[in-house]
Amino acid sequence: MAVLFQLLEEISRWTIPVMLAGIPLYGWWRGVRIYDAFIDGAREGLEMAVRIAPYLVSIFVALGVFRDSGALDLAVDVLRPWLDRWGVPGEVLPLALIRPFSGGGALGITAELLRRHGPDSYIGRLASTMQGSTDTTFYILSFYFGSVGIRNPRHAVAAGLSGDLAGIIASVIAVRWLFYS
Amino acid sequence: MIHAIWLLLLLGGTVVAAGKGQIEKVTAAATTSAQAGVEAVLGLLGIMVLWLGMARIAEEAGLIRAIARGMAPFLRWLFPSVPRDHPAMGAILMNLSANLLGLGSAATPFGLRAMQELQKLNPNPLQASNAMCTFLAVNTSSVTLIPATIIALRAGAGSRNPAEIVGSALVATICSTCAAVTVDYLFRRRAPGE
Repeated sequence: MAVLFQLLEEISRWTIPVMLAGIPLYGWWRGVRIYDAFIDGAREGLEMAVRIAPYLVSIFVALGVFRDSGALDLAVDVLRPWLDRWGVPGEVLPLALIRPFSGGGALGITAELLRRHGPDSYIGRLASTMQGSTDTTFYILSFYFGSVGIRNPRHAVAAGLSGDLAGIIASVIAVRWLFYS
Repeated sequence: MIHAIWLLLLLGGTVVAAGKGQIEKVTAAATTSAQAGVEAVLGLLGIMVLWLGMARIAEEAGLIRAIARGMAPFLRWLFPSVPRDHPAMGAILMNLSANLLGLGSAATPFGLRAMQELQKLNPNPLQASNAMCTFLAVNTSSVTLIPATIIALRAGAGSRNPAEIVGSALVATICSTCAAVTVDYLFRRRAPGE
């Protein structure tokens, strides 16, 4: 297993440099006017970033108000006794709730849990696993759908949230199984 | 759906703040969050410009098309409504590959590109197509092999073995992706129309 992890780590370290050098080299070899092509594509990236700004601001503001007002803590308090029965420590609940909404916020909560409980504690390992197991569902939904002007996300919300829920449950089981059995 | 969630967050936050007698927190949160939203866009700007430039070179050289052809059977199964040689397939593939390797920031431009291409195939431009829902189900559930940020965070917090959670995170992310794809598949079966 350790060898496999090391290999995966090496691959992730090399991918970007290899792509940065390899793509232009391949294009040049295939006779593409690589610099012109790059500029054309890059300009498209600029336009795209400008177009998504309103979507990002709208989501950030709604989430910021919900969190800083104390409404999020209230939701956590309501759910806490229910989750205690499943062996989920209340401390990781804010992380589970924030994870679908804000990647930066979730990372902040994880960092704080690691600092307070220690990275090698049950809570620390659980928080790390949860953080690594799913992505920021609502952020991705609003970001990707917003970029092309989709208003009705249909069942993408249900699918994304099912994935989040499964990820949280699987994190609890995997951490208990791998570290405490 | 997005209307209801958005309203719930804003309204819920305002009502709770008013109930706690700290209504000024709403104003502060709104101001700083709006700022943070713009900063997030700026943070993405450089990476998007860089990778969409690279993607254009790869595309004009036929690279993306070639890779996508290799992954075609798997992608065809996931995205039955997208034609085999369509540029959307290439963008989806690049996005999934980057995600798999934990290159979240490199994956985003390809993801946005994929959405643009999928939108060209979408008969109703205001409503998500089946292929878009599947694509987002895979993306939101994350298929990362190496959660590099978390490992760095754990190392910083003084862990004895920062990378020890790679195994448990892999198990969890496989479960979350399977669940998201399954739910998406069930919805698609029940309502095959666009």
